[in-house]
Amino acid sequence: MIGDSSSREKAEAFLLREARLLDEAQYEQWLALFTQDAWYWVPSQAGQTSPRDTVSLIYDDRRLLETRVRRLLNPSIHAQNPPSRSSRIVANVTLETDRDDGILETRSKLLLTEYRRNRLRTYAGTAWHRLVRDGKAAFRIASKRVDLIDCDGELEGLVVPL
Amino acid sequence: MGVDAMLTHQSLRRLVEPGRVHRSLYTDPQIFALEMERIFGAAWIYVGHESQVPQVGDFVATRIGLKPIVLVRHEDGKVYALHNQCAHRGAMVVAPEAGNAHEFRCCYHGWTYHTDGRIKSIPLQHGYPACLDPKDPKLAMVQVPRVTSYRGFIFASLATDGPDLQEFLGYAATSLDDMVDRAPDGEIEAAGGVFKHAYNGNWKLYLENLCDAAHPLFVHQSSIEAAKAQADTVHSDGSGEIAVRQMRQNAAPYSFWESQVGIWTYTNGHSFLGDYHDDAKLVAAMNDPVFRDYIAKLEARKGKERAKKILEVRRWNTNVYPNLSFMSQFQQLRVVHPVAPNRTVVYTYNFRLKGAPEAMFEQTIAFANIVNGTGSLVLTDDLETYGRIDAGLSSEGAEWLQIGRGFTSDTADATGGVRGKNSTSEVYIRNMYDAWLTYMTGEGQPVRAAAQ
Repeated sequence: MIGDSSSREKAEAFLLREARLLDEAQYEQWLALFTQDAWYWVPSQAGQTSPRDTVSLIYDDRRLLETRVRRLLNPSIHAQNPPSRSSRIVANVTLETDRDDGILETRSKLLLTEYRRNRLRTYAGTAWHRLVRDGKAAFRIASKRVDLIDCDGELEGLVVPL
Repeated sequence: MGVDAMLTHQSLRRLVEPGRVHRSLYTDPQIFALEMERIFGAAWIYVGHESQVPQVGDFVATRIGLKPIVLVRHEDGKVYALHNQCAHRGAMVVAPEAGNAHEFRCCYHGWTYHTDGRIKSIPLQHGYPACLDPKDPKLAMVQVPRVTSYRGFIFASLATDGPDLQEFLGYAATSLDDMVDRAPDGEIEAAGGVFKHAYNGNWKLYLENLCDAAHPLFVHQSSIEAAKAQADTVHSDGSGEIAVRQMRQNAAPYSFWESQVGIWTYTNGHSFLGDYHDDAKLVAAMNDPVFRDYIAKLEARKGKERAKKILEVRRWNTNVYPNLSFMSQFQQLRVVHPVAPNRTVVYTYNFRLKGAPEAMFEQTIAFANIVNGTGSLVLTDDLETYGRIDAGLSSEGAEWLQIGRGFTSDTADATGGVRGKNSTSEVYIRNMYDAWLTYMTGEGQPVRAAAQ
């Protein structure tokens, strides 16, 4: 089963499901996709090698990711009043590694359009998921990195997860 | 009341009253243009840190107000600030954000400059009239007339005359001292990347928010509540722990701000919030092994007594008007770049304390992510608020904006400034408008006037 085309297809189906949860603002279900020691990272520099020695647009360990999700659901989040609507295209999914210990790494392209208060914003970049097999059909996200093409540009606040 | 077509000193003065300011100060394009000329064209503007250009030929792009500037270390060892414009046809000469060069060459017709801005060569020079003098300092990448650094922090002024940097900084220089003194080796360096966040709102709003002790409970309510509900048993690699702790700290009640925190203001618009976090509360917790290691290193280099004195300085944000705000205790520095009356970009930097444990710098980075990060759970609500102010000011609601909190209780301070009764006083905004009036009209309006 390792490395066969169905692994890529299953991973892709999982990534599409993740994108759908985010589009639908189902943040608790999105959080449930992550492992208990997962991290979620949006670097501030192209080719950034570490979240420890350089600032990141987002760098959440599991604890902060939970807090992020709880804030997104908090009615007093001003930056989401009114809330955004978002639309994600996930494409060009490739399987980068497929290990026999159940760990897969995928690379995919993300095109996210966010609408809020009469404005559209676009985010484009490459997502790197490290997935662990969780039973026969499912995966969990052990880590997710999103490299935005404008990561080092002048950006307005990032509130909706990428 | 509208703004006069021609903004006279008198009409500008009518916009600032002792406890309130006119809304047009945040929206009017004419006022913005005058601010760029009279404030950003006159004051000492922070342009960078020596550690960003350590070697001969090192340069970084920056700006003074709306003007693109190159900060560069010349072969004489001095740092120059050059207008990033070719003397020939006006093209921007230096395109990268940073780098090292032995000369600057314009992409258009190859005019080439020394790194202090002087002309090095002009292709087809024989075709120009004899009066074209390549030694003319105005036929150059023109130097900003004054560039001075204070303990590594470089400031530049577009004005040839005016107070020197030390006089301009006044007592606020002690916050820069605090930033450097905390380094066991006595030096700091800019490191760890930069955030560049943008918002639709006036540049003054940013500085006015940074010493505002009364906003966190409302602006940051969502992150406060989310952090309070967070279980500490959930896995953290350390970064989330720092972030959650900081968000909870934003929940400090008014009684804390009114009893334990002070606000100090000084001539030229500078201010700082002081007596804020003691080290037991935040990143650098005394029982944290990293911080204990740091203290040991600081004591080893400076001696126990001196180290104690250094760590006793507890300042939150210090504002150096008009474009700098920094947190000496946590090695954070923000530079405010006005873009338009309703558009501002802020660059934020971190500093490494030389001689401190590397793990401490990692804490600085984690702290930066939550306090200054573009995707921070905290900052994003501040950015939203600036945008709401801009949207609100487009209405025809209240004509005057209130800055009078604590107005009758401002007092002179032994350090030469004016102190608010406590940190919830808006004295630091009144103080910035005193500086604003002085730059814009040549005459200020002492913030203490009402108390007398």
